[in-house]
Amino acid sequence: MENNLLSIIIFAPLAGAGINWLIGRRVRDERFIGIVACGAVAISTIVSFYLAFKPGGALQGNVPVFDHIWTWLQVGRFRADFALGMDRLSGTYALFITFVGLLIHMFAVGYMHGEAGFYRFFAFLNLFMFAMLTLVLADNMVLMFVGWEGVGLCSYLLIGYYLDRKEAGDAAKKAFITNRVGDWGFVLGILLTFMLTGSVSFFSHAGSGGVVESALQIIASRPVEAFTWPVIFAGGVTSIAVLLFIGAAGKSAQIPLYVWLPDAMAGPTPVSALIHAATMVTAGVYMIVRCSAIFTHAPTAMFIVAIIGAATALFAATIGLAQNDIKKVLAYSTISQLGYMFLACGVGAFIAAIFHVITHAFFKALLFLGSGSVIHGMHHEQDMRRMGGLRKYMPITFATMVTGWLAISGVPIFAGFFSKDEILWKTWSAVLPIPGFSKILWGIGALTALLTAVYMTRMMVMTFWGDERFRDAHLDSSEDNSHAHDQHGTPEPHESPWIMTVPLIVLAVLSTVGGFIGVPYALSSFFTERNVNVIEHTLEPVVAHVPAGPAQSHNEGAALSAAPGEHSATETAAAEHTASESAPVHNAEEIASERMLAGLSVLIGLAGIGIGWWIFRKRPLLQMPTILENKYYVDEIYDATIIRPIEAGSREGLWKIFDIGVIDGTLHAIGEAVVEAGRLGRHLQAGFVRGYAAIILTGALILIGLFAFYSIPR
Amino acid sequence: MVPQLSWYLALSAVLFTIGVVGVIIKRNIIAMFMCIELMLNAVNLTFVAFSSFFQDVTGQLFVFIVMTVAAAEAAVGLGIIIAIFRNRESLDVDDASILKF
Repeated sequence: MENNLLSIIIFAPLAGAGINWLIGRRVRDERFIGIVACGAVAISTIVSFYLAFKPGGALQGNVPVFDHIWTWLQVGRFRADFALGMDRLSGTYALFITFVGLLIHMFAVGYMHGEAGFYRFFAFLNLFMFAMLTLVLADNMVLMFVGWEGVGLCSYLLIGYYLDRKEAGDAAKKAFITNRVGDWGFVLGILLTFMLTGSVSFFSHAGSGGVVESALQIIASRPVEAFTWPVIFAGGVTSIAVLLFIGAAGKSAQIPLYVWLPDAMAGPTPVSALIHAATMVTAGVYMIVRCSAIFTHAPTAMFIVAIIGAATALFAATIGLAQNDIKKVLAYSTISQLGYMFLACGVGAFIAAIFHVITHAFFKALLFLGSGSVIHGMHHEQDMRRMGGLRKYMPITFATMVTGWLAISGVPIFAGFFSKDEILWKTWSAVLPIPGFSKILWGIGALTALLTAVYMTRMMVMTFWGDERFRDAHLDSSEDNSHAHDQHGTPEPHESPWIMTVPLIVLAVLSTVGGFIGVPYALSSFFTERNVNVIEHTLEPVVAHVPAGPAQSHNEGAALSAAPGEHSATETAAAEHTASESAPVHNAEEIASERMLAGLSVLIGLAGIGIGWWIFRKRPLLQMPTILENKYYVDEIYDATIIRPIEAGSREGLWKIFDIGVIDGTLHAIGEAVVEAGRLGRHLQAGFVRGYAAIILTGALILIGLFAFYSIPR
Repeated sequence: MVPQLSWYLALSAVLFTIGVVGVIIKRNIIAMFMCIELMLNAVNLTFVAFSSFFQDVTGQLFVFIVMTVAAAEAAVGLGIIIAIFRNRESLDVDDASILKF
């Protein structure tokens, strides 16, 4: 189905960015810039919702909405269109990106008030929306990569927004370079996909752009590869999956490429909320789920994804325990939650991963915006040791952040509970190539859930309860903060204006009720017999299923039954989907254990809050272990093992030997040769006209002589 | 005795050679200039001779072109000579061996 409205979703923010960059910089009127920026995103939001929910729209039908804008590259068999495709998965993503993006844009209008680079900030923010939506709606890997790089660029620009702060520039560079490592994997993955299948498209369709065959479908029809380690390097589907995962790990801040995300907090807080919590960092999850057909055919890669995800979740959660900067806590929390999503992908629970992406977008955007509101109210103070007792001063921020806190801790009815519980249950019940490993992964996940509740409680207690430490803190740091006092006149914290609190309230409502789109059958069956797991219903047809049972690794026959619900424009394929969509069988024993685990995760969440409250309520400034506070010295280790050797090699080898010796040497040699030739040749140019005439005559005589000599015998 | 083609060509060659030698050995810039004119007209003579010999008017057309060019060259050349003379007070080309002033 073609619908040209689709391109409005991506081009409206691009137009907004252009207007703000070209006109906004001259107008310098915050109201104009704010209206343009928010209006552009609002248009995208409205169009996304219309296309997703209209009768037969992207979330209803089995045929995606396409928009072929132009044929971008066509070389031999290789074909990449500038074309958009909105199916159930990309539709879901587009909905929450545009909606959460709109709220964050509104918040940013209040937060960035009075900044000199107001127009620049919003131009970049809109450009980011353009890139992110291109990434999500792209119908092939190459266009997705364009969006992928686009969000990377915008992330770089926005992290380094404060041009006068060196650490912001350093953080921006770090983010950009770390992402390059991941992008290397992504590009190789795309190339390998093309080599194996001859296509880079996600969808099969025949439209104005000609007939395109889906690379995913081609891979889905191949046998599942065996679970062995050498297969990673064999150049088959597993290699593709591992390379794509390297890309995802870079963008979504997984071990070992997560180091850029905490530093990225040097950017303005709305940027952290939009890019580094809600949307861009979940692009890796999107990519894996989009390519789920590839991953389900590569059990080795899935296993790696699960392990890395679980390890990242736990690792980042422990670091988050000991941070004192409110945004750093949230940054590590984001890494940890992203780890959860990858864990879910790794055990084949792609829908649970997407569900968690959505709820996480709500509550983490809320927490980041809340922290932004706190920072704004505290006159750009980010250290929680200088906060405390803020709930009296910022009641709305406090109330909304409480919902975010309860949501991320996994308290029932709040959004985070359902998605996190779903992931833990799927992990527990997953059939992994190594038996019993799913229980270990579940244990890691549960421990992470406990730690999450503890550090979030610590953050809330340090910020909103306890003594009002900002007064004494301001006294002893009056030198370096004196300009902030001059600007605002009073050090008293204050509540933020309505344009900042309204998005907080909307997100708080979503963090509270957003989880009801994915209530698992085991819990909903308490109340109703109907299957109310909307998100699973919606996404079921578009993700691939892990081949069941022990046949997974060796039986090639099982592969055929694992055909993913990839869309095709043909009716027969659509019919297939509806068949595979038939109601899952609910096993009573499984339901019982799922309920038990759900109860257990409630207990874990509450225990975490209790522990956090008990430890930190009395001693909010408790010294945490130094190794945690210093983030396990990972930055220092990277510095010593990677950065310094590269620097030394560049300086001693590349610069002093190659650059000065070879490159400069060659150039200097050429220059000296020319000078020397000139020194000899200038004797010909004596300046005597008659000499020149003689030379001309000689030359003419030689030519005539040659001519005469060679033509006479003829 | 009717003049043969070769007579004209011989005369033309002699004139041309005188011109070449004159350009090379003369120092006086006016004399060099006249030698150049001599060469041009030697060529003109050749053209006319061949034109008459082949009963073809093309050669005479070339003569007109050469004469036009020679006139233009004379105008520009004499202008340059006057400019050089004003600067150097001399018509000796060897005195003008440096282009800078």
